[in-house]
Amino acid sequence: MAHIDLKNELPGIRGPMAFSPSTAKPLNALAEVLLRDDDNTLTRGERELIGTYVSSLNDCFFCQNIHGALAGHYLQADMAYIDAVKKDYVSTTISDKLKALLAIAAAVQKGGKSVSEEAISQARSFGATDKEIHDTVLIAAAFCMYNRYVDGLATWAPSDRQFYIDRAPRRAEEGYIDFDLYKNTVS
Amino acid sequence: MAHIEVAEGIPGIRSLVLFRPETGEHLYKLVQALLRGPSSLTEAERELIAAYVSHRNGCSFCMNSHAAAARCLYGNKTALVDEVLEDLQRAPVNAVLRSLLRIAGKVQVSGREVSQEDIDDARHAGATDGEIHEAVLIAATFSLFNRYVDGLASLTPEDPAEYAVMGKRMAENGYVLPAKKS
Repeated sequence: MAHIDLKNELPGIRGPMAFSPSTAKPLNALAEVLLRDDDNTLTRGERELIGTYVSSLNDCFFCQNIHGALAGHYLQADMAYIDAVKKDYVSTTISDKLKALLAIAAAVQKGGKSVSEEAISQARSFGATDKEIHDTVLIAAAFCMYNRYVDGLATWAPSDRQFYIDRAPRRAEEGYIDFDLYKNTVS
Repeated sequence: MAHIEVAEGIPGIRSLVLFRPETGEHLYKLVQALLRGPSSLTEAERELIAAYVSHRNGCSFCMNSHAAAARCLYGNKTALVDEVLEDLQRAPVNAVLRSLLRIAGKVQVSGREVSQEDIDDARHAGATDGEIHEAVLIAATFSLFNRYVDGLASLTPEDPAEYAVMGKRMAENGYVLPAKKS
């Protein structure tokens, strides 16, 4: 049970978002620009993977599963592959640039000051641009917020991972802003 | 020097939202809604929670600017801001705010750190669900801002006078996206 009476039975971040619509709007708009906007040289799959990885470092079950399912949907990868990235991305087949960006994201998860000059140079050596480095830092920072919002209020999350896989195609299609919070809430 | 090429001489978060206004716009709207929107907590109390979390994250820019805003908003009780940042246990804050600051401190570590006991203490002190929600989301949001500002090594002024000016602007005008100079 959530720490406060959210006045709804919605899963994960949807619960507090329905409880507080005035903050839900910018929270969703931020996710939309960061993770879905097509004016970006990082693919939607790569951006969702950064969010998934940070959520796994923060041990946030809801976020790592819904964003992991979205990453899998965009990258046409199964959950075993997403899990392998979370566990040890260095040993996976993702690009060297994405590996360097995940290293930056992991540093941000620990604390902003943990991001070293070396980590930035490494990303640049694989072709990462200023905007890609910026977006990686902000995605990682944003998930440190979303994860804390979801777990700090002890929101309810379905334990069956298939729930998230089933939901991903629809979330990918509708995005983070133009959807009804109450629609299709339980599989 | 910042990790990416931002406009020179512009400090902290402002340099970053000018670099990427598409995301900056929503970050400013979020903090405006949270720290200036309708609430049973005062603007001063909400700024103090922001400063406290930034202090715990070691983010000097956010801590100094939000502490300055809180001092402006507290009016004749400015010392309270420094007392809370120095030692929450001994600071003379009311029971509700103390319990909310404790929850914010837990969220700063991790969302999972917030215990049923923390929530019970807040309720016993008289905190409402809306106030607990705000404390959690302010702490979560500053866990973002602190990482964003320091993760890109943005310019952090050292002169306290610069923060006094910022704090006054934040207290009087709230959070308005800075305009790009042509």
